Amino acid sequence: MISPKEVPPNSRVLTMSIDDEPVDFRDGETIYDIANRCRREVPSLCYDPRLEPFGACRLCVVDVEGIKNPVASCTTKATDGMVVRTKTKTIEKYRKTLLEMVASENRNLDINQLSGYSSQELSELLDQYSTDNKRFIGKTSGKSNKDDKNPFILRDYDNCISCYRCVRVCAEQEGDHAINIINRGFQTQISTEFGNDLRDSECTFCGQCVQTCPTGALSDKKALRAKESPGEIKKTRSVCPYCGVGCAVDILTKETKVVGIQPAMDGPANEGALCIKGQYAFDFVSHPDRLKKPMIRQDDGSFRESEWEEALQLAANGFQEVADDYGRHSVYGIASGRAPHEAAYTMQKFIRSNFGTNYIDNCSRS
Amino acid sequence: MEHPDVIFAIGTNMTECHPVAATRLKKAITRGAKMIVVDPRETRLAKMAHLHLRIRVGSDVALLLAMANVISREGLLDDSFIKERTSGSSDFIKHVEEFTPDWAANICEIDAKLIEEAAIIYGKGDPAAIYYTLGITEHICGVDNVQSLCNLALMTGNLGVTGGGINPMRGQNNIQGAGDCGAVPSNFPGFQPCSDPDFAEKFSKAYGRSIDPQKGITKVAALNQSGQEGPDGIHAMLIDGENTVVTDPDKKHCEKALGSLQHLVVIDLFMTETAQLADIVFPATGFAETDGVQTNTERRVQRLRAAVPPPGEAKPDWWIISEISKRMGNKQFEHFHSAKDVFNELCSLSPIYNGLDWDRIENSEYQWPVPEKDHPGTPRLHEKEFKNGKGLFTIIGYRDPAEVIDEDYPVWLTTGRRLQAYHSRTQTGRSAGIDYLLNEETLEVNPKDAIEWQLKDGDFVEMSSRRGSITIKVRVTDKSPQGTVFTSFSFASVPVNILTGSGYDPVTDTAELKVCPVRIELVN
Repeated sequence: MISPKEVPPNSRVLTMSIDDEPVDFRDGETIYDIANRCRREVPSLCYDPRLEPFGACRLCVVDVEGIKNPVASCTTKATDGMVVRTKTKTIEKYRKTLLEMVASENRNLDINQLSGYSSQELSELLDQYSTDNKRFIGKTSGKSNKDDKNPFILRDYDNCISCYRCVRVCAEQEGDHAINIINRGFQTQISTEFGNDLRDSECTFCGQCVQTCPTGALSDKKALRAKESPGEIKKTRSVCPYCGVGCAVDILTKETKVVGIQPAMDGPANEGALCIKGQYAFDFVSHPDRLKKPMIRQDDGSFRESEWEEALQLAANGFQEVADDYGRHSVYGIASGRAPHEAAYTMQKFIRSNFGTNYIDNCSRS
Repeated sequence: MEHPDVIFAIGTNMTECHPVAATRLKKAITRGAKMIVVDPRETRLAKMAHLHLRIRVGSDVALLLAMANVISREGLLDDSFIKERTSGSSDFIKHVEEFTPDWAANICEIDAKLIEEAAIIYGKGDPAAIYYTLGITEHICGVDNVQSLCNLALMTGNLGVTGGGINPMRGQNNIQGAGDCGAVPSNFPGFQPCSDPDFAEKFSKAYGRSIDPQKGITKVAALNQSGQEGPDGIHAMLIDGENTVVTDPDKKHCEKALGSLQHLVVIDLFMTETAQLADIVFPATGFAETDGVQTNTERRVQRLRAAVPPPGEAKPDWWIISEISKRMGNKQFEHFHSAKDVFNELCSLSPIYNGLDWDRIENSEYQWPVPEKDHPGTPRLHEKEFKNGKGLFTIIGYRDPAEVIDEDYPVWLTTGRRLQAYHSRTQTGRSAGIDYLLNEETLEVNPKDAIEWQLKDGDFVEMSSRRGSITIKVRVTDKSPQGTVFTSFSFASVPVNILTGSGYDPVTDTAELKVCPVRIELVN
């Protein structure tokens, strides 16, 4: 079985021309995919490499010899001997006009980067084409749904350009079908079943719609809590701390604080997906309950803070005394299934090298 | 995970516990794969299944024996695979003859036709993949359950092929890694058995002191022996990042065990219920603060990176453990100056990691075993041959759970997890917004049972087992089958593990957390 995006490796190798250069491709590939592979920067707003091509925004138009009108490259399969031009003056003019029409839908182009992984796509393209949302002024579609009280996903459809990436990622990637498109034309609206809040839909708050939204119409409410915080946004690649799937994430930080999580689109185990825990349950990192100093139990049973040296020495003495009094088989170690290898490795080494026993286990039995 | 033709998911609530893995199964289904789900509860995964077998909790072995019976009867055996790569097949085939679907239907409390259908779909799958989680292992017969699954995969040749296999979904981010690193009583790092004198000698030499050439005891045994008089007594423990008293069965027993220790040291992020019993608690660095390595459920060795400084004076676990050791006069930890030093030592001593080092895992592309430097890693195990030679069929019989329902405890309780909460909620419970979706624990009761027991949504009941009782709010839902109730162990206010702990698997000491007879009474 093959995924829809894969091209059968045994399919025929054909040749076409892109911007006057001969290019090999496999039967079944789209012009957009081939052009991308050849590092032609064909713009698009409705394209997400994980999803079926959709052809909504038309920005990926290219010139194909023998065809009068420009064609949407994301939905057009290449054919043998095809001659394609990706950057003619006419095409670029078309694109600019199309972009201005798409942007005319949007009231706000200044979208905070914390909104989501793809949130800058529209504004970056407008910059690239040195234009804005002012050329076409008139009717707009989408109705903000900012009063959905969920604490994770901001639904401001004033900024929606009807690319349907959110609807498609929910259906094709997540398989939840929580949101869909209702009405047509300027009345088009992304909605849940019966227009309910997300909590009352099939939504699992995985956040994939937020991360694929190219305009910030869907934004990460939790990350945006930090939009006024000082400092640049920094991304650090790591792995989610919850289950064993091992989804790769980018940790978003400002100065010394974690402000958000984004899925790694190239994460080998998750390919851009996360779940509610990995996406939104990160506040424990900076929670005031975190232990900050070693704690030592006092005679009355309560704990007091201590300096490291005192606590370490006391811990070492305690193990030594028990081993001396009861023998080396009286000391046991339980390693964590949550901490990294270095923790588990030193735990087993602690038991084996200090006491010469195999009295070590982890939490996998419960 | 997107490749199987047939998916056999048993004892796994994947949409809630491994949601991202479940998305891959959903894609396989969209592409035409058939899914069989075995689960007493109607989980979201079960709703997506072509066939849902709502067997009685703890009756898995009976179901799997009958499936083997049908596969054999229908001639769905992979004869060449059986001949070339397995042994013990004829005894096994003979053994399963008597375990008919009618026999199993009685035990599993489902229609025999469903068992036939499941066996035929699985047997014809090319390839067919098995996915399981703790619904299989947390039983007194957890090992029997897993071996029964192996039997099915062996007889149909579904091992060592893309989209096939037996795939356990690991529950914690690095539970696989803890095993890889040798934090188990039976193996040194890299699954080198402690009972093999050659390995005991290898590690004795590496660690500069003689190490017992036999297995240690399990955590369950250690807790049982805590504070005990005589040579078996355990009197000191070092616990790293585990909230033992909330997540383990039989909470009272566990608290008593830890309370009886002369010396208990806990390393954690928070003052957990377990840390409160300690003599000394050390503050550890956590997610986003620690450089390190972890292995996921597909054996992928991935890098963790620190993005922010830890709070206060918190330190990495490896540093804390090393510093304690140094103060016991141990010179073996003096060269650990960074996570890199520790990981590289692990690689040097573990054959499955021999080809790796800190720099090589930068991009997380390796799945172990990676035996030498230019090895590409191993996405599929058992491709051409099994590590230990031939695949062995195991002769298994059905056993009842440790406790079965009776007049005093007439209802089956099974426990598990929920999407929005992780284990004892020390982390998800401290993250803003999660409460909006899940702010309390409830007991899921089938509507027919609710009528019979005169309960309605929102009532509080006292639920008791032979070990204790708790008070919990009722939620009436079709998710639970008649005669079985469900709750999670995540909320400290509903400490369900006071009730559990009826028995343990004799081989692994894994607790029977999935089956516990209880009595339910309305609280006024």
